[in-house]
Amino acid sequence: MRIVAERLTYTYNAGSPFRTTALKGVTLTVEEGEFFGIIGHTGSGKSTFVQHLNGLLRLPSSLKRRKKRRKEGEEEPVLRVGEFDLSDRKTDFRALRKSVGMVFQYPEYQLFAESVKDDVAFGLKNFTKEKLSKEQIESAVRDALEIVGLDYREIKDKSPFDLSGGQKRRVAIAGVIVTRPEVLVLDEPAAGLDPVGKQEIMNLLHRLHKEWCKTVIIVSHDMDEIAENCTRVAVFADGAAKYVLPPHELFRKSEELRALGLDVPLTAKLTDALKRRGVSLDSDFTTDGFIRAVIALKTGEGEKP
Amino acid sequence: MKDVSFGQYYPVKSFVHNVNPALKILFLIAYIVAIFLAKNFYGLAACAFVLILIVAFSRVPLGKVLRSVRGVLFLVVFTAAINLLFHGGDEVYWKGPAVYWQWKIFCVSQAGIVFSAFLIVRLVLLVTCSSMLTYTTTPVALTDGIEALLTPLKWIRFPVHELALIMSIALRFIPILMDETERIKNAQKARGADFEKGGLIKKVRSFVPILVPLLLSAFRRADELGDAMDARCYTGGKKRTKYKKLRFSWRDGIAFFLGAALIAGVVLMGIYLRAPL
Repeated sequence: MRIVAERLTYTYNAGSPFRTTALKGVTLTVEEGEFFGIIGHTGSGKSTFVQHLNGLLRLPSSLKRRKKRRKEGEEEPVLRVGEFDLSDRKTDFRALRKSVGMVFQYPEYQLFAESVKDDVAFGLKNFTKEKLSKEQIESAVRDALEIVGLDYREIKDKSPFDLSGGQKRRVAIAGVIVTRPEVLVLDEPAAGLDPVGKQEIMNLLHRLHKEWCKTVIIVSHDMDEIAENCTRVAVFADGAAKYVLPPHELFRKSEELRALGLDVPLTAKLTDALKRRGVSLDSDFTTDGFIRAVIALKTGEGEKP
Repeated sequence: MKDVSFGQYYPVKSFVHNVNPALKILFLIAYIVAIFLAKNFYGLAACAFVLILIVAFSRVPLGKVLRSVRGVLFLVVFTAAINLLFHGGDEVYWKGPAVYWQWKIFCVSQAGIVFSAFLIVRLVLLVTCSSMLTYTTTPVALTDGIEALLTPLKWIRFPVHELALIMSIALRFIPILMDETERIKNAQKARGADFEKGGLIKKVRSFVPILVPLLLSAFRRADELGDAMDARCYTGGKKRTKYKKLRFSWRDGIAFFLGAALIAGVVLMGIYLRAPL
Protein backbone atom coordinates (compact mmCIF):
# COMPACT_ATOMS: atom_id res chain seq x y z
CA MET A 1 0.00 0.00 0.00
CA ARG A 2 1.33 3.34 -1.02
CA ILE A 3 0.78 6.20 1.40
CA VAL A 4 0.33 9.67 -0.03
CA ALA A 5 -0.09 12.76 2.13
CA GLU A 6 -0.41 16.23 0.71
CA ARG A 7 -0.83 19.48 2.62
CA LEU A 8 -2.10 17.66 5.67
CA THR A 9 -3.06 19.97 8.53
CA TYR A 10 -4.41 19.28 12.00
CA THR A 11 -5.40 21.45 14.93
CA TYR A 12 -6.10 20.13 18.42
CA ASN A 13 -8.95 21.71 20.38
CA ALA A 14 -9.89 23.81 17.37
CA GLY A 15 -11.97 26.80 18.31
CA SER A 16 -11.04 26.88 21.98
CA PRO A 17 -8.41 28.89 23.84
CA PHE A 18 -6.36 25.69 24.13
CA ARG A 19 -6.04 25.16 20.38
CA THR A 20 -2.67 24.11 19.05
CA THR A 21 -1.80 23.51 15.46
CA ALA A 22 0.14 20.28 15.29
CA LEU A 23 0.38 19.81 11.53
CA LYS A 24 0.90 22.72 9.18
CA GLY A 25 0.92 21.06 5.81
CA VAL A 26 2.63 17.69 5.67
CA THR A 27 3.47 16.39 2.22
CA LEU A 28 5.19 13.05 1.82
CA THR A 29 4.89 9.68 0.13
CA VAL A 30 5.75 6.26 1.50
CA GLU A 31 6.15 3.61 -1.16
CA GLU A 32 5.05 0.03 -0.64
CA GLY A 33 7.82 -2.12 0.80
CA GLU A 34 9.72 0.65 2.52
CA PHE A 35 11.22 0.62 5.99
CA PHE A 36 10.38 4.23 6.62
CA GLY A 37 11.69 6.33 9.50
CA ILE A 38 10.16 9.43 11.03
CA ILE A 39 12.26 11.68 13.26
CA GLY A 40 11.72 15.07 14.80
CA HIS A 41 11.86 16.56 18.26
CA THR A 42 8.96 16.53 20.72
CA GLY A 43 6.02 18.52 19.45
CA SER A 44 7.07 18.45 15.82
CA GLY A 45 3.87 16.68 14.85
CA LYS A 46 5.16 13.21 14.09
CA SER A 47 2.82 11.37 16.43
CA THR A 48 -0.12 13.40 15.17
CA PHE A 49 0.78 12.51 11.61
CA VAL A 50 1.15 8.85 12.41
CA GLN A 51 -2.26 8.73 14.09
CA HIS A 52 -3.82 9.87 10.83
CA LEU A 53 -2.57 6.80 9.04
CA ASN A 54 -5.20 4.51 10.48
CA GLY A 55 -7.91 7.08 10.95
CA LEU A 56 -7.57 7.65 14.69
CA LEU A 57 -7.38 11.32 13.80
CA ARG A 58 -9.46 12.45 10.86
CA LEU A 59 -9.02 15.12 8.29
CA PRO A 60 -11.14 18.18 9.03
CA SER A 61 -14.19 17.94 6.86
CA SER A 62 -16.28 20.95 7.78
CA LEU A 63 -17.95 22.42 4.76
CA LYS A 64 -17.30 25.98 5.88
CA ARG A 65 -13.63 25.34 5.93
CA ARG A 66 -13.69 23.69 2.54
CA LYS A 67 -15.56 26.59 1.06
CA LYS A 68 -13.09 29.01 2.57
CA ARG A 69 -10.22 27.02 1.17
CA ARG A 70 -11.78 26.90 -2.26
CA LYS A 71 -12.39 30.63 -2.20
CA GLU A 72 -8.80 31.32 -1.31
CA GLY A 73 -7.69 29.03 -4.09
CA GLU A 74 -6.04 26.64 -1.66
CA GLU A 75 -5.93 23.01 -2.55
CA GLU A 76 -7.60 20.36 -0.40
CA PRO A 77 -5.46 18.25 1.90
CA VAL A 78 -5.03 14.71 0.65
CA LEU A 79 -4.34 11.52 2.53
CA ARG A 80 -4.48 8.18 0.78
CA VAL A 81 -3.39 4.84 2.15
CA GLY A 82 -3.53 2.34 -0.69
CA GLU A 83 -7.13 2.28 -1.84
CA PHE A 84 -8.42 4.20 1.14
CA ASP A 85 -9.15 7.89 0.74
CA LEU A 86 -9.01 9.26 4.27
CA SER A 87 -10.49 12.62 3.44
CA ASP A 88 -13.72 10.80 2.67
CA ARG A 89 -16.00 10.35 5.68
CA LYS A 90 -17.50 7.23 4.16
CA THR A 91 -14.23 5.34 4.12
CA ASP A 92 -14.41 2.00 5.89
CA PHE A 93 -12.13 2.87 8.78
CA ARG A 94 -12.42 -0.61 10.25
CA ALA A 95 -11.00 -2.16 7.09
CA LEU A 96 -8.32 0.52 7.09
CA ARG A 97 -7.34 -0.27 10.68
CA LYS A 98 -7.09 -3.91 9.79
CA SER A 99 -4.57 -3.18 7.05
CA VAL A 100 -2.64 -0.51 8.96
CA GLY A 101 -1.41 -1.89 12.26
CA MET A 102 -0.47 0.67 14.88
CA VAL A 103 1.86 0.05 17.80
CA PHE A 104 1.81 2.98 20.20
CA GLN A 105 4.54 4.09 22.56
CA TYR A 106 4.88 1.72 25.49
CA PRO A 107 2.34 -0.69 24.00
CA GLU A 108 2.65 -2.97 27.03
CA TYR A 109 0.31 -0.58 28.87
CA GLN A 110 -2.59 -1.62 26.67
CA LEU A 111 -2.56 -5.26 27.76
CA PHE A 112 -5.70 -6.15 29.65
CA ALA A 113 -6.80 -9.75 29.20
CA GLU A 114 -6.44 -12.60 31.66
CA SER A 115 -4.09 -14.60 29.48
CA VAL A 116 -1.57 -13.80 26.80
CA LYS A 117 -3.48 -15.71 24.16
CA ASP A 118 -6.74 -13.86 24.90
CA ASP A 119 -4.97 -10.55 24.64
CA VAL A 120 -3.37 -11.38 21.31
CA ALA A 121 -6.67 -12.72 19.98
CA PHE A 122 -8.49 -9.48 20.88
CA GLY A 123 -7.68 -7.70 17.62
CA LEU A 124 -8.27 -10.82 15.59
CA LYS A 125 -11.78 -11.29 16.97
CA ASN A 126 -12.56 -7.61 16.48
CA PHE A 127 -11.54 -7.45 12.88
CA THR A 128 -13.01 -10.65 11.47
CA LYS A 129 -16.71 -10.46 10.74
CA GLU A 130 -17.50 -14.17 10.63
CA LYS A 131 -16.94 -16.21 13.76
CA LEU A 132 -13.56 -17.87 13.77
CA SER A 133 -13.15 -21.44 14.88
CA LYS A 134 -11.06 -22.14 17.95
CA GLU A 135 -8.38 -23.73 15.80
CA GLN A 136 -8.17 -20.74 13.46
CA ILE A 137 -7.72 -18.35 16.36
CA GLU A 138 -5.19 -20.60 18.02
CA SER A 139 -3.07 -20.98 14.92
CA ALA A 140 -3.09 -17.24 14.17
CA VAL A 141 -2.17 -16.43 17.77
CA ARG A 142 0.57 -19.05 17.75
CA ASP A 143 2.05 -17.65 14.54
CA ALA A 144 1.99 -14.10 15.88
CA LEU A 145 3.61 -15.04 19.19
CA GLU A 146 6.22 -17.14 17.49
CA ILE A 147 7.27 -14.47 15.01
CA VAL A 148 7.82 -12.00 17.86
CA GLY A 149 10.10 -14.61 19.38
CA LEU A 150 8.04 -16.01 22.23
CA ASP A 151 7.42 -19.65 23.04
CA TYR A 152 3.71 -20.14 22.45
CA ARG A 153 3.20 -23.20 24.61
CA GLU A 154 5.06 -21.77 27.51
CA ILE A 155 3.47 -18.35 27.49
CA LYS A 156 -0.08 -18.68 26.17
CA ASP A 157 -1.85 -19.19 29.50
CA LYS A 158 0.24 -16.82 31.58
CA SER A 159 -1.17 -13.51 32.72
CA PRO A 160 0.35 -10.73 30.62
CA PHE A 161 1.06 -8.85 33.84
CA ASP A 162 3.43 -11.57 35.07
CA LEU A 163 5.83 -11.16 32.13
CA SER A 164 9.02 -9.10 31.96
CA GLY A 165 8.99 -5.68 30.30
CA GLY A 166 10.50 -6.88 27.03
CA GLN A 167 8.14 -9.85 26.87
CA LYS A 168 5.13 -7.65 27.55
CA ARG A 169 6.12 -5.40 24.69
CA ARG A 170 6.46 -8.32 22.34
CA VAL A 171 3.09 -9.68 23.36
CA ALA A 172 1.61 -6.24 22.66
CA ILE A 173 3.22 -6.16 19.23
CA ALA A 174 1.92 -9.66 18.56
CA GLY A 175 -1.54 -8.36 19.44
CA VAL A 176 -1.26 -5.83 16.65
CA ILE A 177 0.31 -7.93 13.92
CA VAL A 178 -1.96 -10.92 14.49
CA THR A 179 -4.28 -9.63 11.76
CA ARG A 180 -1.37 -9.44 9.32
CA PRO A 181 -1.58 -5.75 8.48
CA GLU A 182 0.05 -4.63 5.25
CA VAL A 183 1.46 -1.50 6.86
CA LEU A 184 2.88 -1.56 10.38
CA VAL A 185 3.39 1.74 12.18
CA LEU A 186 5.39 1.82 15.40
CA ASP A 187 5.81 4.85 17.67
CA GLU A 188 9.19 4.50 19.37
CA PRO A 189 9.12 0.71 19.52
CA ALA A 190 12.40 0.47 21.45
CA ALA A 191 11.85 3.26 23.99
CA GLY A 192 12.77 2.34 27.53
CA LEU A 193 14.41 -0.97 26.69
CA ASP A 194 17.98 -1.98 27.46
CA PRO A 195 20.48 -2.28 24.56
CA VAL A 196 19.85 -6.00 24.15
CA GLY A 197 16.10 -5.48 24.19
CA LYS A 198 16.47 -2.71 21.63
CA GLN A 199 18.47 -4.90 19.32
CA GLU A 200 15.93 -7.68 19.68
CA ILE A 201 13.07 -5.36 18.78
CA MET A 202 14.91 -4.10 15.70
CA ASN A 203 15.66 -7.66 14.60
CA LEU A 204 12.00 -8.46 15.12
CA LEU A 205 10.99 -5.53 12.94
CA HIS A 206 13.25 -6.72 10.15
CA ARG A 207 11.77 -10.19 10.42
CA LEU A 208 8.28 -8.71 10.24
CA HIS A 209 9.22 -6.53 7.31
CA LYS A 210 10.48 -9.54 5.43
CA GLU A 211 7.71 -12.00 6.22
CA TRP A 212 4.53 -10.25 7.39
CA CYS A 213 4.10 -6.57 6.71
CA LYS A 214 5.07 -5.06 3.40
CA THR A 215 5.67 -1.58 4.76
CA VAL A 216 7.09 -0.67 8.16
CA ILE A 217 7.06 2.88 9.49
CA ILE A 218 8.88 3.71 12.71
CA VAL A 219 8.94 6.91 14.73
CA SER A 220 12.18 7.13 16.65
CA HIS A 221 14.54 9.39 18.55
CA ASP A 222 17.43 7.01 18.12
CA MET A 223 19.41 8.15 15.10
CA ASP A 224 21.62 5.06 15.06
CA GLU A 225 18.50 2.95 14.82
CA ILE A 226 17.29 5.07 11.90
CA ALA A 227 20.63 5.07 10.08
CA GLU A 228 20.98 1.32 10.41
CA ASN A 229 17.52 0.29 9.39
CA CYS A 230 15.55 2.74 7.29
CA THR A 231 15.28 3.03 3.55
CA ARG A 232 14.10 6.61 3.80
CA VAL A 233 13.60 9.11 6.59
CA ALA A 234 11.21 12.02 7.04
CA VAL A 235 12.36 14.82 9.32
CA PHE A 236 9.46 16.57 11.00
CA ALA A 237 9.89 20.13 12.19
CA ASP A 238 7.24 22.62 13.18
CA GLY A 239 4.34 20.54 11.86
CA ALA A 240 5.75 19.76 8.43
CA ALA A 241 7.99 17.17 6.82
CA LYS A 242 11.09 19.26 6.28
CA TYR A 243 13.27 16.66 4.60
CA VAL A 244 12.37 13.27 3.15
CA LEU A 245 15.62 11.56 2.20
CA PRO A 246 17.41 8.24 2.39
CA PRO A 247 19.62 8.20 5.52
CA HIS A 248 22.90 8.32 3.65
CA GLU A 249 21.89 11.66 2.15
CA LEU A 250 20.10 12.98 5.21
CA PHE A 251 22.92 12.55 7.70
CA ARG A 252 25.28 14.57 5.53
CA LYS A 253 23.23 17.53 6.72
CA SER A 254 24.41 17.25 10.31
CA GLU A 255 24.47 21.05 10.68
CA GLU A 256 20.87 21.44 9.59
CA LEU A 257 19.72 18.57 11.79
CA ARG A 258 21.41 20.04 14.85
CA ALA A 259 19.73 23.36 14.12
CA LEU A 260 16.40 21.52 14.33
CA GLY A 261 17.36 20.18 17.75
CA LEU A 262 18.10 16.69 16.44
CA ASP A 263 21.02 14.42 16.95
CA VAL A 264 22.93 12.55 14.25
CA PRO A 265 24.08 8.91 14.39
CA LEU A 266 27.45 8.05 15.87
CA THR A 267 28.82 7.28 12.42
CA ALA A 268 27.96 10.80 11.26
CA LYS A 269 29.62 12.28 14.36
CA LEU A 270 32.78 10.30 13.62
CA THR A 271 32.69 11.36 9.99
CA ASP A 272 32.47 15.00 11.10
CA ALA A 273 35.31 14.56 13.60
CA LEU A 274 37.48 13.00 10.91
CA LYS A 275 36.63 15.80 8.54
CA ARG A 276 37.83 18.36 11.09
CA ARG A 277 41.14 16.49 11.16
CA GLY A 278 41.33 16.69 7.40
CA VAL A 279 40.24 13.14 6.60
CA SER A 280 37.27 12.93 4.31
CA LEU A 281 35.26 9.77 4.53
CA ASP A 282 32.20 8.89 2.54
CA SER A 283 29.89 6.22 3.87
CA ASP A 284 26.20 5.43 4.03
CA PHE A 285 26.29 5.95 7.84
CA THR A 286 25.49 2.36 8.74
CA THR A 287 28.06 0.72 11.01
CA ASP A 288 28.94 -1.74 8.28
CA GLY A 289 29.27 0.90 5.60
CA PHE A 290 31.34 3.10 7.88
CA ILE A 291 33.76 0.31 8.70
CA ARG A 292 34.08 -0.59 5.05
CA ALA A 293 34.88 3.02 4.22
CA VAL A 294 37.50 3.17 6.99
CA ILE A 295 39.12 -0.06 5.80
CA ALA A 296 39.09 1.15 2.22
CA LEU A 297 40.78 4.36 3.35
CA LYS A 298 43.41 2.50 5.33
CA THR A 299 44.28 0.03 2.60
CA GLY A 300 44.63 2.94 0.22
CA GLU A 301 41.93 1.87 -2.09
CA GLY A 302 40.60 5.37 -2.17
CA GLU A 303 37.17 6.49 -1.16
CA LYS A 304 34.20 4.28 -1.36
CA PRO A 305 32.44 4.70 -4.69
CA MET B 1 -5.50 16.14 25.21
CA LYS B 2 -8.39 16.00 22.85
CA ASP B 3 -11.17 18.54 23.13
CA VAL B 4 -11.20 18.32 26.88
CA SER B 5 -10.73 21.32 29.09
CA PHE B 6 -11.27 19.93 32.52
CA GLY B 7 -12.82 22.05 35.18
CA GLN B 8 -13.77 24.24 32.24
CA TYR B 9 -11.36 26.92 33.46
CA TYR B 10 -11.32 29.74 30.92
CA PRO B 11 -7.86 31.27 30.84
CA VAL B 12 -8.17 35.04 30.57
CA LYS B 13 -7.18 37.80 32.95
CA SER B 14 -10.10 39.60 34.49
CA PHE B 15 -11.42 41.20 37.63
CA VAL B 16 -13.43 38.11 38.52
CA HIS B 17 -10.50 35.79 37.91
CA ASN B 18 -8.43 37.74 40.38
CA VAL B 19 -10.83 37.63 43.30
CA ASN B 20 -9.59 35.53 46.18
CA PRO B 21 -10.88 31.99 45.58
CA ALA B 22 -11.97 31.53 49.19
CA LEU B 23 -14.12 34.60 48.85
CA LYS B 24 -15.48 33.41 45.54
CA ILE B 25 -16.64 30.20 47.19
CA LEU B 26 -18.24 32.17 50.02
CA PHE B 27 -19.85 34.43 47.46
CA LEU B 28 -21.27 31.46 45.59
CA ILE B 29 -22.75 30.11 48.82
CA ALA B 30 -24.22 33.53 49.59
CA TYR B 31 -25.60 33.72 46.08
CA ILE B 32 -27.26 30.33 46.34
CA VAL B 33 -28.78 31.35 49.67
CA ALA B 34 -30.04 34.56 48.06
CA ILE B 35 -31.61 32.63 45.20
CA PHE B 36 -33.50 30.44 47.59
CA LEU B 37 -34.47 33.36 49.81
CA ALA B 38 -35.92 35.19 46.83
CA LYS B 39 -39.66 34.92 47.18
CA ASN B 40 -40.65 36.79 44.05
CA PHE B 41 -39.41 37.82 40.65
CA TYR B 42 -37.92 41.07 41.98
CA GLY B 43 -35.55 39.05 44.12
CA LEU B 44 -34.58 36.87 41.20
CA ALA B 45 -34.13 39.95 39.03
CA ALA B 46 -31.67 41.30 41.56
CA CYS B 47 -29.79 37.99 41.51
CA ALA B 48 -29.80 37.98 37.72
CA PHE B 49 -28.48 41.53 37.66
CA VAL B 50 -25.55 40.61 39.90
CA LEU B 51 -24.84 37.55 37.76
CA ILE B 52 -24.84 39.65 34.58
CA LEU B 53 -22.33 41.97 36.23
CA ILE B 54 -20.12 39.00 37.10
CA VAL B 55 -20.29 37.55 33.58
CA ALA B 56 -19.56 40.95 32.06
CA PHE B 57 -16.51 41.50 34.26
CA SER B 58 -15.18 37.96 33.84
CA ARG B 59 -14.55 38.26 30.09
CA VAL B 60 -15.75 34.69 29.59
CA PRO B 61 -17.59 34.56 26.25
CA LEU B 62 -21.36 34.39 26.59
CA GLY B 63 -21.53 31.27 24.43
CA LYS B 64 -19.36 29.42 26.94
CA VAL B 65 -21.48 30.60 29.84
CA LEU B 66 -24.70 29.48 28.16
CA ARG B 67 -23.15 26.15 27.32
CA SER B 68 -23.01 25.32 31.02
CA VAL B 69 -26.81 25.58 31.09
CA ARG B 70 -27.08 23.19 28.19
CA GLY B 71 -25.67 20.42 30.38
CA VAL B 72 -28.61 20.63 32.77
CA LEU B 73 -31.19 21.56 30.16
CA PHE B 74 -32.96 18.25 30.57
CA LEU B 75 -33.23 18.73 34.32
CA VAL B 76 -34.56 22.25 33.88
CA VAL B 77 -37.16 21.25 31.32
CA PHE B 78 -38.19 18.20 33.34
CA THR B 79 -38.63 20.14 36.58
CA ALA B 80 -40.55 22.87 34.82
CA ALA B 81 -42.83 20.39 33.07
CA ILE B 82 -43.61 18.48 36.27
CA ASN B 83 -44.43 21.67 38.13
CA LEU B 84 -46.46 22.99 35.25
CA LEU B 85 -48.65 19.89 35.26
CA PHE B 86 -49.04 19.35 39.00
CA HIS B 87 -48.84 22.77 40.62
CA GLY B 88 -52.47 23.75 40.29
CA GLY B 89 -53.81 26.68 42.30
CA ASP B 90 -56.43 29.24 41.42
CA GLU B 91 -54.57 32.54 41.69
CA VAL B 92 -55.19 34.83 38.73
CA TYR B 93 -52.23 36.86 37.51
CA TRP B 94 -53.55 38.05 34.18
CA LYS B 95 -56.82 38.18 32.32
CA GLY B 96 -58.23 34.79 31.52
CA PRO B 97 -59.28 31.63 33.31
CA ALA B 98 -57.26 30.58 36.33
CA VAL B 99 -57.07 26.99 35.05
CA TYR B 100 -56.57 26.44 31.35
CA TRP B 101 -56.74 22.71 31.09
CA GLN B 102 -57.50 19.87 33.43
CA TRP B 103 -57.44 16.12 33.14
CA LYS B 104 -57.61 13.84 36.16
CA ILE B 105 -54.78 15.03 38.44
CA PHE B 106 -53.03 17.05 35.73
CA CYS B 107 -53.82 20.66 35.22
CA VAL B 108 -52.29 23.75 33.66
CA SER B 109 -53.08 26.83 35.68
CA GLN B 110 -51.85 30.40 35.71
CA ALA B 111 -50.17 29.74 39.04
CA GLY B 112 -48.49 26.69 37.52
CA ILE B 113 -47.14 28.66 34.58
CA VAL B 114 -45.77 31.40 36.81
CA PHE B 115 -44.26 28.95 39.23
CA SER B 116 -42.57 26.94 36.45
CA ALA B 117 -41.10 30.10 34.98
CA PHE B 118 -39.86 31.01 38.45
CA LEU B 119 -38.19 27.62 38.82
CA ILE B 120 -36.57 27.83 35.39
CA VAL B 121 -35.02 31.19 36.20
CA ARG B 122 -33.91 29.95 39.60
CA LEU B 123 -32.22 26.84 38.20
CA VAL B 124 -30.55 28.67 35.33
CA LEU B 125 -29.14 31.29 37.71
CA LEU B 126 -27.94 28.59 40.07
CA VAL B 127 -26.12 26.61 37.40
CA THR B 128 -24.68 29.63 35.66
CA CYS B 129 -23.29 31.13 38.83
CA SER B 130 -21.72 27.83 39.91
CA SER B 131 -20.07 27.40 36.56
CA MET B 132 -18.82 30.99 36.67
CA LEU B 133 -16.81 29.88 39.71
CA THR B 134 -15.15 27.06 37.77
CA TYR B 135 -14.74 29.18 34.65
CA THR B 136 -12.78 31.81 36.51
CA THR B 137 -10.89 29.74 39.09
CA THR B 138 -8.23 27.14 38.39
CA PRO B 139 -8.74 23.84 40.19
CA VAL B 140 -5.62 24.50 42.20
CA ALA B 141 -6.84 27.91 43.34
CA LEU B 142 -10.15 26.30 44.19
CA THR B 143 -8.52 23.80 46.55
CA ASP B 144 -6.48 26.59 48.10
CA GLY B 145 -9.70 28.44 48.70
CA ILE B 146 -11.35 25.41 50.27
CA GLU B 147 -8.35 24.85 52.47
CA ALA B 148 -8.47 28.45 53.64
CA LEU B 149 -12.17 28.17 54.39
CA LEU B 150 -11.73 24.96 56.34
CA THR B 151 -8.84 26.30 58.43
CA PRO B 152 -11.03 26.76 61.55
CA LEU B 153 -11.56 23.01 61.59
CA LYS B 154 -7.87 22.61 62.42
CA TRP B 155 -8.75 23.53 66.00
CA ILE B 156 -10.67 20.33 66.37
CA ARG B 157 -7.74 18.42 64.86
CA PHE B 158 -9.41 17.89 61.55
CA PRO B 159 -6.67 17.14 58.95
CA VAL B 160 -7.51 20.11 56.71
CA HIS B 161 -4.15 20.23 55.00
CA GLU B 162 -4.17 16.54 54.16
CA LEU B 163 -7.69 16.81 52.82
CA ALA B 164 -6.69 19.72 50.60
CA LEU B 165 -3.65 17.79 49.43
CA ILE B 166 -5.78 14.80 48.49
CA MET B 167 -8.12 17.09 46.61
CA SER B 168 -5.41 18.88 44.70
CA ILE B 169 -3.68 15.62 43.78
CA ALA B 170 -6.98 14.20 42.59
CA LEU B 171 -7.63 17.31 40.52
CA ARG B 172 -4.11 17.26 39.17
CA PHE B 173 -4.49 13.67 38.06
CA ILE B 174 -7.76 14.10 36.22
CA PRO B 175 -6.22 15.54 33.03
CA ILE B 176 -3.39 13.00 33.20
CA LEU B 177 -5.82 10.12 33.48
CA MET B 178 -7.97 11.58 30.72
CA ASP B 179 -4.90 11.70 28.52
CA GLU B 180 -4.13 8.15 29.45
CA THR B 181 -7.70 7.06 28.70
CA GLU B 182 -7.47 8.68 25.30
CA ARG B 183 -4.21 6.91 24.61
CA ILE B 184 -5.45 3.49 25.69
CA LYS B 185 -8.69 4.02 23.80
CA ASN B 186 -6.74 4.82 20.65
CA ALA B 187 -4.54 1.78 21.11
CA GLN B 188 -7.56 -0.50 21.47
CA LYS B 189 -9.34 1.20 18.60
CA ALA B 190 -6.29 0.46 16.48
CA ARG B 191 -6.85 -3.17 17.45
CA GLY B 192 -10.39 -2.96 16.15
CA ALA B 193 -12.23 -2.26 19.40
CA ASP B 194 -15.58 -0.62 18.90
CA PHE B 195 -17.05 1.42 21.74
CA GLU B 196 -20.24 2.52 20.07
CA LYS B 197 -21.93 -0.56 18.72
CA GLY B 198 -24.08 -3.12 20.48
CA GLY B 199 -26.49 -3.12 23.37
CA LEU B 200 -25.86 -1.88 26.88
CA ILE B 201 -24.14 -5.03 28.11
CA LYS B 202 -21.91 -5.20 25.06
CA LYS B 203 -21.04 -1.54 25.46
CA VAL B 204 -20.12 -1.96 29.11
CA ARG B 205 -18.07 -5.03 28.25
CA SER B 206 -16.26 -3.12 25.55
CA PHE B 207 -14.85 -0.80 28.22
CA VAL B 208 -12.98 -3.58 30.00
CA PRO B 209 -9.99 -3.22 27.63
CA ILE B 210 -9.80 0.44 28.65
CA LEU B 211 -10.54 0.15 32.35
CA VAL B 212 -8.05 -2.57 33.20
CA PRO B 213 -4.98 -0.78 31.79
CA LEU B 214 -6.28 2.53 33.16
CA LEU B 215 -6.62 1.20 36.70
CA LEU B 216 -3.21 -0.40 36.50
CA SER B 217 -1.63 2.82 35.39
CA ALA B 218 -3.46 4.83 38.06
CA PHE B 219 -2.04 2.55 40.75
CA ARG B 220 1.39 2.74 39.18
CA ARG B 221 1.28 6.51 39.13
CA ALA B 222 0.03 6.67 42.72
CA ASP B 223 2.91 4.47 43.79
CA GLU B 224 5.43 6.58 41.93
CA LEU B 225 4.05 9.80 43.35
CA GLY B 226 4.13 8.36 46.86
CA ASP B 227 7.74 7.32 46.40
CA ALA B 228 8.69 10.71 45.01
CA MET B 229 7.07 12.48 47.96
CA ASP B 230 8.76 10.15 50.42
CA ALA B 231 12.09 10.71 48.71
CA ARG B 232 11.72 14.43 49.31
CA CYS B 233 10.70 13.86 52.92
CA TYR B 234 7.25 15.32 52.47
CA THR B 235 5.32 15.92 55.65
CA GLY B 236 2.05 17.75 55.59
CA GLY B 237 0.51 20.08 58.10
CA LYS B 238 2.38 22.61 60.19
CA LYS B 239 5.35 24.67 59.11
CA ARG B 240 4.60 24.35 55.39
CA THR B 241 4.61 27.64 53.57
CA LYS B 242 2.72 28.39 50.42
CA TYR B 243 4.06 29.40 47.04
CA LYS B 244 0.98 31.44 46.30
CA LYS B 245 -0.30 33.06 49.46
CA LEU B 246 -3.94 34.02 49.41
CA ARG B 247 -4.36 37.67 50.22
CA PHE B 248 -7.34 39.92 50.49
CA SER B 249 -7.42 42.98 48.28
CA TRP B 250 -9.85 45.71 47.27
CA ARG B 251 -11.36 43.33 44.73
CA ASP B 252 -12.31 40.98 47.49
CA GLY B 253 -13.82 43.90 49.38
CA ILE B 254 -16.07 44.65 46.43
CA ALA B 255 -17.05 41.01 46.03
CA PHE B 256 -17.85 40.79 49.74
CA PHE B 257 -19.89 43.96 49.70
CA LEU B 258 -21.79 42.81 46.61
CA GLY B 259 -22.62 39.45 48.17
CA ALA B 260 -23.80 40.99 51.44
CA ALA B 261 -25.82 43.66 49.63
CA LEU B 262 -27.45 41.04 47.45
CA ILE B 263 -28.66 38.91 50.33
CA ALA B 264 -29.89 41.93 52.27
CA GLY B 265 -31.58 43.32 49.19
CA VAL B 266 -33.31 40.06 48.38
CA VAL B 267 -34.59 39.62 51.92
CA LEU B 268 -35.88 43.19 52.04
CA MET B 269 -37.55 42.84 48.65
CA GLY B 270 -39.25 39.70 49.82
CA ILE B 271 -40.70 41.59 52.77
CA TYR B 272 -41.64 44.94 51.25
CA LEU B 273 -42.42 44.32 47.60
CA ARG B 274 -45.71 42.64 46.90
CA ALA B 275 -45.48 40.82 43.64
CA PRO B 276 -46.57 37.58 42.01
CA LEU B 277 -45.40 34.64 44.10
